[in-house]
Amino acid sequence: MAKVSLRSVRKSYGATKVIHGVDCEIADGEFLVVVGPSGCGKSTLLRMVAGLESITEGEIAIGERVVNALEPAERDIAMVFQNYALYPHMSVFDNMAYGLKIRRLSKDEIRRRVEEAAGILELGALLDRKPRQLSGGQRQRVAMGRAIVREPSVFLFDEPLSNLDAKLRVQMRVEIKRLQERLGITSLYVTHDQVEAMTLGHRLLVLSEGVVEQLGAPIELYEKPATRFVAGFIGSPSMNFLETKLTDDGRHVVLPGGDTLALDGAAAAANGTSPGRPVTLGIRPEHLEIVEESRASAHLTVELVEQLGADSLIHGRLGDESGPAMTVRLQGIHAPGSGESLPLLAMPAHIHLFDPESGVRV
Amino acid sequence: MEKRVVFKHPVLPYLLLAPQIVITLVFFIWPAMQAMKQSLMVEDAFGLSSEFVWFDNFVVLFEDPLYLESLWITAVFSVSVAALALSGALYLAVQADRVINGALVYRTLLIWPYAIAPAVAGVLWLLLFNPTLGVLPYLMRGIGLDWNHHVNGDQAMALVVIAAAWKQLPYNFLFFLAGMQAIPRSLIEAAAIDGAGPMRRFWTVVFPLLTPTTFFLLVINVVYAFFDTFGIIHAVTSGGPAGATNILVYKVFNDGFIGLDLGGSAAQSVVLMGIVITLTVIQFRYIERKVHY
Ligand SMILES: Nc1ncnc2c1ncn2[C@@H]1O[C@H](COP(=O)(O)OP(=O)(O)O)[C@@H](O)[C@H]1O
Ligand SMILES: [Mg+2]
Repeated sequence: MAKVSLRSVRKSYGATKVIHGVDCEIADGEFLVVVGPSGCGKSTLLRMVAGLESITEGEIAIGERVVNALEPAERDIAMVFQNYALYPHMSVFDNMAYGLKIRRLSKDEIRRRVEEAAGILELGALLDRKPRQLSGGQRQRVAMGRAIVREPSVFLFDEPLSNLDAKLRVQMRVEIKRLQERLGITSLYVTHDQVEAMTLGHRLLVLSEGVVEQLGAPIELYEKPATRFVAGFIGSPSMNFLETKLTDDGRHVVLPGGDTLALDGAAAAANGTSPGRPVTLGIRPEHLEIVEESRASAHLTVELVEQLGADSLIHGRLGDESGPAMTVRLQGIHAPGSGESLPLLAMPAHIHLFDPESGVRV
Repeated sequence: MEKRVVFKHPVLPYLLLAPQIVITLVFFIWPAMQAMKQSLMVEDAFGLSSEFVWFDNFVVLFEDPLYLESLWITAVFSVSVAALALSGALYLAVQADRVINGALVYRTLLIWPYAIAPAVAGVLWLLLFNPTLGVLPYLMRGIGLDWNHHVNGDQAMALVVIAAAWKQLPYNFLFFLAGMQAIPRSLIEAAAIDGAGPMRRFWTVVFPLLTPTTFFLLVINVVYAFFDTFGIIHAVTSGGPAGATNILVYKVFNDGFIGLDLGGSAAQSVVLMGIVITLTVIQFRYIERKVHY
């Protein structure tokens, strides 16, 4: 068991810069999830920790040991690949035992470890099968098993659930979480799925085009996104954004159509210094309410309603049909007709403001 | 594993197959039937009449020490050619798989020998190894090795094996390279993380995954060594010296067209055909049972 430190880690392929300086400490036993859209450099980052890619600049340490120059095998890590990377010609048992045989553990010890892992992962009955005789979920478990038996100090996961169907993904997600808690092994987990990230990680590192947007606990990211990118990426359905500006007193924002919307104390105080400046207003669909006419701060013209059972998603336009798009999430079943105009209230405590240029929270 | 294309039209598949079937019938089945008929006959000295003699030609054949020797020579030759062509190609494929810059150039160059006619390939090696003019014997004399494949049967055998293997190498190389590139990188990476070094990764992961390719190539190479090496033998040694490189297919030609023993030669052809058919059947059976992992 060990902590992992990334210090100003950069990666370029020739002239193409892929990772632009990542700094991060993963505590001993912590579950850190790296999340970001496809192609942002998540796998590259993980593979640098694994030793499968060279580190262009900066330093990676596992425990106290700088591992930049070490081979993957010397880093005391185990990795679960997106396609599982099981050896197709070996039985489940041999897949799990492969690394142990190379380390010249005794036959008894190998058997003990493999059987223990198989027990944890409910693979006991499958040890003689070949990978092609297993279902996707079972293969996934074998890949996990192969990582566990090595008793590494760090687990690395590269989108391990993305090849599974939705139901199995949820189930395996819970299993991975439980397993990580039980074993207490420092884990670095890469995914593009923000729900996976939110549910699994102790902390999340949001990556966009090789730049760290924010590092923090899931709820922190949800409640106080540091940038517009994080705000839009975390949470489903995505946050609503509105290009607008502050009023001259800095305590209100101007809505399309000329109405103004009061900000709560904290947000107003932070902006008091720069009245009249343009801002991007962000508000999550779940922080909009349909209220009686007298309390409404704006109106939503309904375009489409999605019924999810527990919730209803109402898609529409702010003001009239030409206004900006806006989604409202209401609890329970609601079925307003298309074209209907609903009185809308934004919860002031949940309004986020971002700089339109830099995207940074103001 | 099996992929099937289903044709809706009932006649189309037969139409598509027709050219191949016609070619097979005219150039393979019909001559094979002729050979079988011929193998049961004896011609008179002037080729004017022939007599039906049942299996006499075969009896004579298997009592002939020269034939038995040729059988042994063929075995040595085929095994050597297949072994050399397969291992050489595998080695080159491993190297080519690692190359990142200029991979296409290497690959293209490595494929060229396959496009060369057997006889030309033979002449090439003949000149390289020519005891008086060749570059290689000159160099070998430098290290005290006396090369003369016109006299030394083992050297003659080595020469035709090298020439034949060299010509088959590109074919094997292409298949090995394709096979290797079909192995997901993550498998190799997983093995690296599991602590396996390059050699161990090759022997425990890559090579086992290449077994289907290897078995397929083994069949192809043995058949190649049995039949397609005629041109090389003819150009390089003509079966000599003293029959040291007289492989079965060359002996068929020699006895039939030079020695004019048509019946005996036809019997040899039939035996040859039998051997290759058996080999192929055994190997494909084995492949079907064993090599699907
Ligand atoms: N070997 C490589 N050579 C050049 N560019 C690469 C290489 N591998 C990845 N990249 C680039 O690096 C970026 C990040 O890739 P990757 O880490 O795989 O993204 P992610 O895993 O987040 O989807 C991509 O734009 C990709 O095109
Ligand atoms: Mg990736």
